Amino acid sequence: MKKVMIAMSGGVDSSVAAALLKEEGYEVIGGTMHIFPDYEEATDREDHCCSYSAVRDAKRVAQKLDIPHFVFNLQEKFQKKVIDYFVDEYSQGRTPNPCVMCNKEIKFEALHRKAIEIGCDYIASGHYAKIEKENGRYILKKGLDENKDQSYMLYVLNQEQLSQTLFPLSEYTKDEIRAKAKDLGFEIHDKAESQEICFVPDDDYVRFLDTNYPEISKPGLILDSEGNQVGTHKGLSHYTIGQRRGLGISMGYPIYVTELDYENNAVIVGKDEAVFSEGLIAEGVNFIPFKDIDGRMEVEAQIRYNSYPVKAYINKSAADELKVEFEKAQRAITPGQSVVFYLGDLVLGGGIIKKSFKNS
Amino acid sequence: MNDIYLDHAATTPVDQEVIKAMQPFYKDIFANPASSHLPGQKADAALENARETVAELVGARKAEEIVFTAGGTEADNLALKGAAMALAEQGQHIITSSVEHHAVLNSCKYLKKNLGFKTTYLDVDQDGLVEPQELLNNIREDTILISIMFANNEIGSIQPIKELAAVAKDNDILFHTDAVQTAGQLKIDVKDLGVDLLSLSAHKFNGPKGVGALFVRKGVELIPQMSGGSQERKRRAGTANLAAAVGMGKAAEIAAANLSKKRKKLISLRDYFISQLRSSFENSKINGPSNDQRLPANINIAFKDLDAESILFNLSLNNIAAAAGSACASGSLSVSHVLKAIGLSKEYANGSIRFSLGNNNTKEEIDYVVENLKEITARLNSLK
Repeated sequence: MKKVMIAMSGGVDSSVAAALLKEEGYEVIGGTMHIFPDYEEATDREDHCCSYSAVRDAKRVAQKLDIPHFVFNLQEKFQKKVIDYFVDEYSQGRTPNPCVMCNKEIKFEALHRKAIEIGCDYIASGHYAKIEKENGRYILKKGLDENKDQSYMLYVLNQEQLSQTLFPLSEYTKDEIRAKAKDLGFEIHDKAESQEICFVPDDDYVRFLDTNYPEISKPGLILDSEGNQVGTHKGLSHYTIGQRRGLGISMGYPIYVTELDYENNAVIVGKDEAVFSEGLIAEGVNFIPFKDIDGRMEVEAQIRYNSYPVKAYINKSAADELKVEFEKAQRAITPGQSVVFYLGDLVLGGGIIKKSFKNS
Repeated sequence: MNDIYLDHAATTPVDQEVIKAMQPFYKDIFANPASSHLPGQKADAALENARETVAELVGARKAEEIVFTAGGTEADNLALKGAAMALAEQGQHIITSSVEHHAVLNSCKYLKKNLGFKTTYLDVDQDGLVEPQELLNNIREDTILISIMFANNEIGSIQPIKELAAVAKDNDILFHTDAVQTAGQLKIDVKDLGVDLLSLSAHKFNGPKGVGALFVRKGVELIPQMSGGSQERKRRAGTANLAAAVGMGKAAEIAAANLSKKRKKLISLRDYFISQLRSSFENSKINGPSNDQRLPANINIAFKDLDAESILFNLSLNNIAAAAGSACASGSLSVSHVLKAIGLSKEYANGSIRFSLGNNNTKEEIDYVVENLKEITARLNSLK
């Protein structure tokens, strides 16, 4: 019997995923990551993973399913690979996506390794996405539920990771999973969705940074596109591209953050049209169905988790850099976020946005 | 091979005789020992008999020197907080060690944070032992209480309690020892040791969970940590957990009667286990003191550059129960303060596993565990 470790967060998705794996005949072991930093107060809000109550929930589900369950202390690795990265990116005026990094370095790497060490053949998670094998390579596809699709967060997985990963929810919708959770008698079936950053329990990342990493917030100037001072800012980490609220400036027309200039510690603002860009440069690129691209390629590119893929062309611009040109200018292309490329429901890969550019 | 349980430092199974002794006290003799009617008197007699056997286990002069508590943690809390509060006017300084159980460490933290006491944590040597001279050096004018554990739960170091208590006595300072790990493994004689306060927990020596005791030398004042009725000579309010106390009494009686036999058995198993480990694992070392200063039931081994979590969970999946580090609130492991205190380097500390023996373990089980460990460590090394 194949052994699989299911990453359990105590939420509905991973709990039902564990049950499904058991039904499919796998020998299932539950694993929950302890990654919450000790310096953050562990609140027991039920809608975020990794809190103590989340561990309790995961344990209860494992007990109901009669599977072994272990808690793995990955605090140190998570701090180094995810939180330090998160802080570093914000300190440089970029807007990181810690979930992408966690999937790459922690969940499907450090935890995966633990799974292998305790004798498992696979690691599984409650992500809505699909892995298939085609022409000798493992490919990643969107899950059946368009609204819940989480492939955006998973483009970073390499062939070795994909070959040892199972996504039991690939053929289900969220509603079906909730119904199943209820059938199974899981008390957590109506638990709220976790959307925010798991290590920021109050969902206030600015508060998290200001409390724990006050040194990264350096006040500076807010400038217009011509370089005229129009205000002062509290530190680049407090702002994000496209932001309108909280600037404290009145110019007679709506103004938005168009750029976070790390070198000059300046927030650049402008009119709405200035927030649009025709293209971007991506770095840290990973492709899934093939090793690399050959020439220019038409794709659908998605620039943030809560948006849709749009038509674009990708092309190599340097060894590890990709130029992405959109058919239509995109609003608020944000350095630090990921750009993910699709062909229909096939995930081609993606990278981290280094900068946007305009065709002028 | 059946399930193998090698985590007796966490808890032990309740002895059959203890279960038998407890049973009448749930239904037939259920009265409140504090009640004045005849059934109450009968219950009280059972409670006092239990107190006497617990007193005998630790060599107390009088049964009244035993205060029943809800466990070792409560006994430590009562000792530390109760004594510190009673002596607060004479001084505010407490000395303990860096390898204590969290019941002691966090009681000290509490006293510091909420009541302004000052605390000194004595360093230990690489074997986890406190030097009497080091204790002497840290005594101040305002030192009112010293608390050093009898034997360490993780690495088994048996402290020179008699010498440490003598240092305390010479300086007129109250001395407490947490003997939770010691009972049933070593002879305890509070008169000979010269301690003023000593904590016990029944479930560590085949008694039930949820009951413990604090030895309080006659004349030592404590501020009770539970407010309520006048039970336990006003030192611990609350209706006695009668059946559990009776169980503790029975367990104490058995522990005292079987001490030398059990000790001999555990020592022989332990020494065999340690020698097997030493000869089987090159990149490892045994944590803690030499065998003559180690608890009879304790084995702690560090596998270099391996991950204790992985070893432990592999053992667990093979139906072998052991322990590592200290469990945090989420149930995950973190490197223990004890291994840090003995200066164990990270590559060893992260791979340290504790085995703790009990009455029913056998040599065959040890052999089986060593074979399992060989397979596990070989596989983990190959995955590196």
